[in-house]
Amino acid sequence: MRDDLTAPSPHGLHDLSPHEAAQASVQTSVYVYEAPVRIWHWINAAAIMILCLTGYFIGSPPPSMQIGEAAHQFVMGYIRFAHFAAGLVLTVGFLGRIYWAIFGNHHARQLFYVPIWRADWWREVVFEIRWYLFLAREPKKYVGHNPLAQLAMFFFITLGVSFMIVTGLALYSEGLGHGSILYAMFGWVFDLAGGNSHVVHTVHHLGMWWIVIFMIVHIYVAIREDIMSRQSIVSTMISGHRTFKDDRPD
Amino acid sequence: MEPIETFYEVMRKQGITRRSFIKYCSLTASALGLGPAFVPKIAHAMETKPRTPVIWVNGLECTCCSESFIRGAHPLAKDVVLSMISLDYSHTLMAAAGHHAEAALEETIRKYKGNYILAVEGNPPLNEDGMFCIVGGKPFVEQLRHAAKDAKAIISWGACASYGCVQAAKPNPTQATPVHKVITDKPIIKVPGCPPIAEVMTGVITYMLTFDRLPELDRQGRPAMFYGQRIHDKCYRRPHFDAGQFVEAWDDENARKGYCLYKMGCKGPTTYNACSTVRWNEGLSFPIQAGHGCIGCSEDGFWDQGSFYDRVTDLTQFGAESNADQVGMAAAGVVGAGVAVHAAVSALKAAQKKSQSRPSAESRAREDA
Repeated sequence: MRDDLTAPSPHGLHDLSPHEAAQASVQTSVYVYEAPVRIWHWINAAAIMILCLTGYFIGSPPPSMQIGEAAHQFVMGYIRFAHFAAGLVLTVGFLGRIYWAIFGNHHARQLFYVPIWRADWWREVVFEIRWYLFLAREPKKYVGHNPLAQLAMFFFITLGVSFMIVTGLALYSEGLGHGSILYAMFGWVFDLAGGNSHVVHTVHHLGMWWIVIFMIVHIYVAIREDIMSRQSIVSTMISGHRTFKDDRPD
Repeated sequence: MEPIETFYEVMRKQGITRRSFIKYCSLTASALGLGPAFVPKIAHAMETKPRTPVIWVNGLECTCCSESFIRGAHPLAKDVVLSMISLDYSHTLMAAAGHHAEAALEETIRKYKGNYILAVEGNPPLNEDGMFCIVGGKPFVEQLRHAAKDAKAIISWGACASYGCVQAAKPNPTQATPVHKVITDKPIIKVPGCPPIAEVMTGVITYMLTFDRLPELDRQGRPAMFYGQRIHDKCYRRPHFDAGQFVEAWDDENARKGYCLYKMGCKGPTTYNACSTVRWNEGLSFPIQAGHGCIGCSEDGFWDQGSFYDRVTDLTQFGAESNADQVGMAAAGVVGAGVAVHAAVSALKAAQKKSQSRPSAESRAREDA
């Protein structure tokens, strides 16, 4: 037994027990998420964290502080600055992500469309729902996002973040003034909202909770699937490689 | 058409000296944000132009616009009414009443066809054929359509005429409708507020007389010179906002110190008006200076935006009274609880699967050996 452990297996795996050798997959990994996608993911995640926290405080500021005279104190100013800075980082990142959807690999495009015209895609959505309802015994293996994940990403991130960017830039343009280029670009948002910018504040606020709900589900599902599915999830967004735990077909 | 007196002639008749007249022109120029070069232009316009006839009609309203207007200080409303315009019909200000008043209206429309300005205070209710507002025995909406037909331009005074105000707040039983949704073929300038600032009202009229055109309007049809910035942008309490120093309760120390009223529901950050610069009652004060937050009275549908005293206001769409945070936290809570239950079931399922598959794995290991 001891000798077996030190000799490399046919897969080139060291310290592999015979028991493990039965489980080791031949296909080790597929490169899925290219560097721009991974960098975007983590910048986006950080920006969203900052935006949710500072955005909440902009709606409901922290208790008043008396550090110094108003002229020497800038608490709310810094909170708003962080919000606007993170918001613009998110915006530029999202534009960069759209660029990469066009020029990157086909997995980079998954976020931006939902193939609702494909019957087999819907069948797989239903299968994934069954998996999450504990009705399917074993999940399918996917190199990219599974169809249910794709659906969630599309509605929560692609549409959700777009909505937050558009309403956010509209609100930011109010601070720059009615003469600003940004207001000329996004002033129509207020027309759609009926003219009163308070409505835009409210829907922007609701949008934050939309994203928060996604965050809860996303982080839970990523960790759960990393443990329970037949493939890697969390590490794939770090290394870019999708590894599979078995070589069995569906 | 009989010749109408020019502004200058009327002013001189009232004993206003040439010196006072020029002074008035320069004051008006600065009030409108114009350079000194415009003073002779304004003087010239007032010397040569006939007074503009104005018809002022009142629909569903509370007359706070008229009340504000007669308190105008720069220029004095008296000067506007008696010298600058020829206010030929106005319920509140005219001496005539009944048939005489209605006759004056008809005469003005006939004599100055296409040349008069129609100032509308209040709005027409459209439900029940407009029977909720009767003027001279007829629904107000008919008078409005009649007077608007030959008007050069229309001024929508106040939140009522501009957006509908309280009578158009949900559920709006009389179907009170702002002027621009009833009259669609005339240039309309909105001067919202409940009421609008007196100087804004007289300033808008002065601009229209002087330049014979509407002032530059914003996206919603409000004069940009008065509605181009938010109360928040020019608020004298803004440094306290940026510092994060807020009034936490109406009677606390911070309220006495004059801190920002944001947490008390001030709508200054979403309200476009000139209150924090022009102020009220000859520049004496304005709501925030008096210690109360802005209620956003010059914004569309301000009665339907939830409490005046909340910053994150209730979402009336959800039926129950709850704001964006309460709705969001409830939704996130439900999702969070769902995730926790799902995780627990997943763990149980995984444990079950492991215990079921263990014998076979052991047997496989035996076979390998």
